[in-house]
Amino acid sequence: MKLAILGAGAVGRSVAELAGDYGHTVAALADSTAAAVESDGIDVAAALSRKDAGEAVGSKSPEDALDAEYDALVEATPTTLGDAEPGFGHVRAALERDRHVVLANKGPVAERYADVRALEADSEGTVRFEATVGGAIPVLSTIESYGPETVTAARGVLNGTANFILSRMAAEGLDYEHVLAEAQDLGVAEADPAFDVNGTDAALKCAILANVLGDREYSLDDAEVEGIADLPGTALELAAEDGRTVRLIGEATPDGVRVAPRLVPQNGTLAVSGTRNIVQLDTENAGRLNLSGRGAGGPETASAVLADVNLLE
Amino acid sequence: MSDDAERTDGSGMQAHTVRLELVDEPGELLRALEPIAANRGNLLSVFHERGSLTPRGHIPVEVDFECPPERFDVIVSALRDAGVNVIQSGAERYGEEVTVLLVGHLIETDLSGTLSRIQDDAGAAVEDVSLSATQGTDEVASARLRLAAETGRTGAVLDAVRDVAAEKDLRVVAPLDAEGSA
Repeated sequence: MKLAILGAGAVGRSVAELAGDYGHTVAALADSTAAAVESDGIDVAAALSRKDAGEAVGSKSPEDALDAEYDALVEATPTTLGDAEPGFGHVRAALERDRHVVLANKGPVAERYADVRALEADSEGTVRFEATVGGAIPVLSTIESYGPETVTAARGVLNGTANFILSRMAAEGLDYEHVLAEAQDLGVAEADPAFDVNGTDAALKCAILANVLGDREYSLDDAEVEGIADLPGTALELAAEDGRTVRLIGEATPDGVRVAPRLVPQNGTLAVSGTRNIVQLDTENAGRLNLSGRGAGGPETASAVLADVNLLE
Repeated sequence: MSDDAERTDGSGMQAHTVRLELVDEPGELLRALEPIAANRGNLLSVFHERGSLTPRGHIPVEVDFECPPERFDVIVSALRDAGVNVIQSGAERYGEEVTVLLVGHLIETDLSGTLSRIQDDAGAAVEDVSLSATQGTDEVASARLRLAAETGRTGAVLDAVRDVAAEKDLRVVAPLDAEGSA
């Protein structure tokens, strides 16, 4: 398939680098300022080395990438809240041209799910978004293959940064601020960690899960969200006295979407450590499924994007 | 006399479950069962979970027995008087346990008042409290509460705890398993 990749961050560039291995051609690669476009396939390595050298990724404008010859648009620009622009506009443009769309950007499906589905209904193209929930973990395709109507609830640890911080707090008896600084030094946490530690990122993923499972549309505004900032290390020590620990758990159930720090058994399934993610699905006929793996990272998330692309062939 | 009359026709007897924590020493189980028999409780089953330990390192034992309802509290008191740690008592009254963390200015906001409110408003028994206030009494502290709730009322107990906590600007870290989903 011919791909147009919008966004050249960790995920976008990994998709570009790996596309050839999966038998696909990159017809366009754009960052926020420029694009490389070539209908027979761009030279990915050259485009990325130009970007690494601080030059434009190519000689075209980002809009030219949207108009390029491609079968599927890979939307990997940063997630934005509210109207989910410019990601949503990119989805619209591709669907109006009857092209497929594969999202790594959570915004359009977390904030404007009904709009995306309406555009898809009028298009020959299909929208897939495996990479938006749990990185490399095949959560959405599992739900799809079981049948969303037979999955009664989904919950899990969906943010690696928050989980890393809680794991370290529990293991070392340290306070939040101390571990956050360490996580920032290690590159696990962003300079501005609010999106992760306030629960927003997990809530967006749960909104997507709820949209896929449910019969109504959810967005961040419909979620109850509580983060982990300011939890003292002593709270985790006390939890351990009782064989428990604290994890930031996101839930998508018929009652709605909720993210909050919760007590879970210390050696239980949900107490994954470090930056691992886990999603637990309650199913009507197959009991409980636990899917665990790497929830973030360039090549990991790109593998989910490319799995979607393969399903579109 | 009335006890005997009730027992003769088989009515008035009620099954109860008590959950005990025993030290792993010879004779402890017998010592724990004596107060039940001595107070005319009729033992139905004893589930002695050797091999699994409670968080305190003790052995959990579940005892089912029947007795007239008014005698139940007498038996639980007798167990406690005998030095047996009753962590959960009563099939009807307190069938479930729930652990929660509270975080905030626990001491400044009157911890014992908070606990009383939880007992009264939530209809739960506070069975165990651990407090950690390493930074002094006017700083943020954490507490772990183990609450006993009536069967099926865990969700309502947690709601009541959240209400009390909201009034006092405390954070609640609730268990996921209490709602059947861990």
